[in-house]
Amino acid sequence: MAFIDYYEVLGIPKTADEKEIKVAYRKMARKYHPDLNPDNKEAEKKFKEVNEANEVLSNPENRKKYDKYGKDWKHGEEFEKAQQQRRQQQSQYSQHGSGAEGFGGQDYSDFFESMFGGASGHSRQSHRPKFKGQDYNAELHLELKDVYTTQKQVLTVNDKKIRITIPAGVENGQLIKIKGNGGPGMNGGPNGDLYIKFIINNHTEFKREGNNLYKDQPVDLYTAILGGDIHVDTFDGKVKLKVKAGTGNGTKVKLKGKGFPVYKKDGEFGDLILTYQIQIPENLSEKEIELFKELQKIKEG
Amino acid sequence: METQFISISTICVNYHIESSFLMDLSNIGLIQIEIIEQEQYIHHDQIADLEKMIRLHDELDLNLEGIDVVFNLLAKQRELQKELTTLRNRLRLYE
Repeated sequence: MAFIDYYEVLGIPKTADEKEIKVAYRKMARKYHPDLNPDNKEAEKKFKEVNEANEVLSNPENRKKYDKYGKDWKHGEEFEKAQQQRRQQQSQYSQHGSGAEGFGGQDYSDFFESMFGGASGHSRQSHRPKFKGQDYNAELHLELKDVYTTQKQVLTVNDKKIRITIPAGVENGQLIKIKGNGGPGMNGGPNGDLYIKFIINNHTEFKREGNNLYKDQPVDLYTAILGGDIHVDTFDGKVKLKVKAGTGNGTKVKLKGKGFPVYKKDGEFGDLILTYQIQIPENLSEKEIELFKELQKIKEG
Repeated sequence: METQFISISTICVNYHIESSFLMDLSNIGLIQIEIIEQEQYIHHDQIADLEKMIRLHDELDLNLEGIDVVFNLLAKQRELQKELTTLRNRLRLYE
């Protein structure tokens, strides 16, 4: 368990008075507040530290204890236990609420828990308003071919199994909300929501933009010059295409409805756009070279 | 209707806020108050945002104008994030 320098967390000297602590805390809280930094784990962590530092330093009793035993907390804890026993024997022990201004319902570091016993002394807890629980964020990695069709999956989030339906056509980076599957509500408030971000990995020969798919399609030189049929792999099978005579390199062909499914629109699909890549024949035989030279002569007339 | 709208009085009791705070939020256009059979309600879709406004007001001492600015900037941030994702996806076409 590491010692936490609460003065450093708030960026104040050890001699700071109550007002300086409050100002520093307010400034830090405004900077790292989770509502102002959505989906920012680093800010959330920092905010908890700042809050914890304030819990300790804004309460004179806690601050005194921290200043006295902070670095040597283990020893301080033993000392406190002994003191507590003495006080109990004298029947004079009374527990005080912290009275500190701060944000409730959050985690404390092990260091804080061991020194101050968690948030038990937080007098504001009992009459805080009900708030919705924390929203959880999760990432789900899928392959492009997986999201071509609608599918059901069971996710485990915080030891809870959640069945979800992933509609075909979900986008890379798209966020879906699953109501009530986040953290428990505070003071009886409703549960937070679970946000799932989809990361779609693409290991296919197709590129995707929205509902359209793109692909380079090789066409041999002879078919490009003379025209003919080719067989093309689309996302859901092969199709036969007619290539016009005299097709140039880089020609684009749109296959309507052969793209990706449109999200939450059953039966609707984007387009597949093919870019013809004319293949120049390699390793020509002598006969072939001869014939090409013949063609060249005819062309040059 | 019961499940979609929550009365102002219920909200005030649950969140320990004055109805005048909700009126002020409504006047600045941050929430929409509906009047049904002479009672004021808020649609439940707005509750998550309202909770955020209460937290910003109570915990960060933000006034109404400050809350408005924060909400506008967060909306802009969401839009930019969305645009960034779209552009990143488009960039994958050329990778």
